[in-house]
Amino acid sequence: MELKKRSVFQVMLMMLALCTAPVSLAQTFITVASTTSTEQSGLFGHIRPIFEKKTGIQVRVVALGTGQALDMARRGDADVVFVHAKSAEVKFIAEGYGVKRLPVMYNDFVLIGPESDPAKIAGGRDILEALRKVKAASAPFVSRGDLSGTHMAELALWKQAGVDIAADKGPWYRDTGQGMGPALNTASSMNGYILADRGTWISFKNRGDFAILVEGDRRLFNQYGVILVNPEKHKHVKKEMGQAFIDWVVSPEGQKAIADYKIGGEQLFFPNAGQQGA
Amino acid sequence: MLPLVLDDVSFSVNGRTIIDRVSAEIGAGPRTVILGPNGAGKSVLMRLCHGLLTPTSGNIVWRGTGNERRSQAMVFQRPVMLRRSAFANVVYGLRLAGISPRERELRAGDVLEAVGLASVAGRPARVLSGGEQQKLAMARAWALGPEVLFLDEPTANLDPGATREVETIIGQIRASGTKIVMTTHNLGQAKRLGDEILFLSGGRLVERTPVDQFFTKPASVEADTFIRGELPWN
Amino acid sequence: MSEITQALGAAGAMIFGFDPKLIEIVLLSLRVSLTAVAIASVIGLPLGAAMAVNRFNGRRALIVVLNALMGLPPVVVGLVVYLLLSRAGPLGELGILFTPAAMVVAQTILILPIVAALSRQVIEDSWQEYQEQLRSLGAGPLTSAVTLLWDTRFSLVTIVLAGFGRAAAEVGAVIIVGGNIDGVTRVMTTAIALETSKGDLPLALGLGIILLSLVLALNAAAYWVKEAAQRRYG
Repeated sequence: MELKKRSVFQVMLMMLALCTAPVSLAQTFITVASTTSTEQSGLFGHIRPIFEKKTGIQVRVVALGTGQALDMARRGDADVVFVHAKSAEVKFIAEGYGVKRLPVMYNDFVLIGPESDPAKIAGGRDILEALRKVKAASAPFVSRGDLSGTHMAELALWKQAGVDIAADKGPWYRDTGQGMGPALNTASSMNGYILADRGTWISFKNRGDFAILVEGDRRLFNQYGVILVNPEKHKHVKKEMGQAFIDWVVSPEGQKAIADYKIGGEQLFFPNAGQQGA
Repeated sequence: MLPLVLDDVSFSVNGRTIIDRVSAEIGAGPRTVILGPNGAGKSVLMRLCHGLLTPTSGNIVWRGTGNERRSQAMVFQRPVMLRRSAFANVVYGLRLAGISPRERELRAGDVLEAVGLASVAGRPARVLSGGEQQKLAMARAWALGPEVLFLDEPTANLDPGATREVETIIGQIRASGTKIVMTTHNLGQAKRLGDEILFLSGGRLVERTPVDQFFTKPASVEADTFIRGELPWN
Repeated sequence: MSEITQALGAAGAMIFGFDPKLIEIVLLSLRVSLTAVAIASVIGLPLGAAMAVNRFNGRRALIVVLNALMGLPPVVVGLVVYLLLSRAGPLGELGILFTPAAMVVAQTILILPIVAALSRQVIEDSWQEYQEQLRSLGAGPLTSAVTLLWDTRFSLVTIVLAGFGRAAAEVGAVIIVGGNIDGVTRVMTTAIALETSKGDLPLALGLGIILLSLVLALNAAAYWVKEAAQRRYG
């Protein structure tokens, strides 16, 4: 009886040890706060291994909405920020949380909608005109409503189109508070229009009869910037490794890696580091 | 440890008096049977003596010398067995008493042999029959070598065959030098197993009489009524 | 319906193709949740036992609170743990945010009330049955607690499995404190959340089927072991 009890305990202890054996945590890693749309497009999955192989630095990407990513960096929980909301990024640096903003790449937004196209905007090249038509038709429109880069771009476009969306929105305007993927799902299920970044759209698999209806307007271009979190605000920030990542991503090699990323033969992101005013 | 002295002991719960000013001295020697109708307070009195309950007023004192804790044991109406073998159940009590591992195994083996449970020693205690479990409870108590053994209606749930076996074991334990204090409401059993009767009625100790005299010439009206009431079923 | 067929196809392809990413995610899920349930049990089971056999001021309030905490929303736990482990928070120095360690912490907090509250109930029910006998044999609160933990072991296994199920199924806590980082803190539930938000519903469903099968297999194994043991020990 005593022997049996002891061997049971021994087996249990062994299993516990196996379970709690720590994962080989690479001490050389940086934490990058980025956006859900960037992560879901698969870009990081493509460029991370190239950088890691070259420098041995593991890049850990935490994907959140832009607002959340910047907030995370303010708290000191990230080393580098990689988002697409220039005005928020500039404010971030002005507040002293970031060192310097470098433009990296851009992709564009597209207006997605159902084949039935109740607002009759298909094929248009003027995004502002398209938005006005959507409002006029009171066609269902899904907004991310989560203070993400996409959301802020959408709000800016409504403003440019002369629509006070906060005051004039009716039941046709759905503020979902969701990420890009879930919002696309929502739009798909309610036959509504939605502004999305091309990257997420290309890798989105639940399209139904939806397609890109409006694209190419310069106003739809979506600029990405990369910022090192200020080590003076947060002593523990891995500034050398973070800087190495930033330097690489704007270097010809990094820029080529970005341009090389394609889905279904289509390039998603267009490198433009060093471009004035970007 | 004996004698056990009860001095004006009362016990009430929620305003209801269950034991009413009982005084008695229980000494070594005679087999003491606490008799009485249902609700008289026999089980409560037994638990007070054993230390499972504390009196609301009065004192219970072991006037003799020796280790109070280890020198008494109790067998309950329903045996409570741990989820392990019969043998392990006996060993459990011995381990608590601080007996050495070697000694534990020997004693357990001996006592199970003595009560006729050696053949089922390795079986899970909980699958044994009611009678076997009660015999096991007796063995567990006996193995401790107690100075006093309290038994609370030990055969109330058993068939006549098992009852006989348990009564035999009580005799064996008595023969090995243990004082027996037992409650029962069965007159026949009281006659068979008792030397003196403590008759309880409504929480009061109504009389204390040697067994033969109790049944032929009880001193109290309550005892008389009780005996008469039970006679046809004796 | 075709999505479910697609999902089964996706699940099958991943399993039989020994997809390395899948294996990594499954192993991490098991490591995190099993570790959390182990820690929660080591703390929670003795805590439940102690609460069952002891009586102290505020015991009833503690029981109510513990029972209520069983319903802690995972996302709230995740948020609180995030605030604690963030660099801007009190335990930021530990630097375990966005690592499996943080996930284990969050899940342990989630399961601990379940293990403690349910084991308290189970052991207290047993305590009612065993109390007198254990005290008679001289077992104090500590010994009784240990004895009861062993005697109720089959019920306790079910409770631990319930805790594991809760941990393996939740996403709200681990996604906040882990960050769902590819290759580092991505577990089955967060992977399902990610694939769903990417619109890859068949893949998400396929992962879901794998997760359910895993938990089912674990429960079946535990049940089989329990049955075998129960036959041996009663």
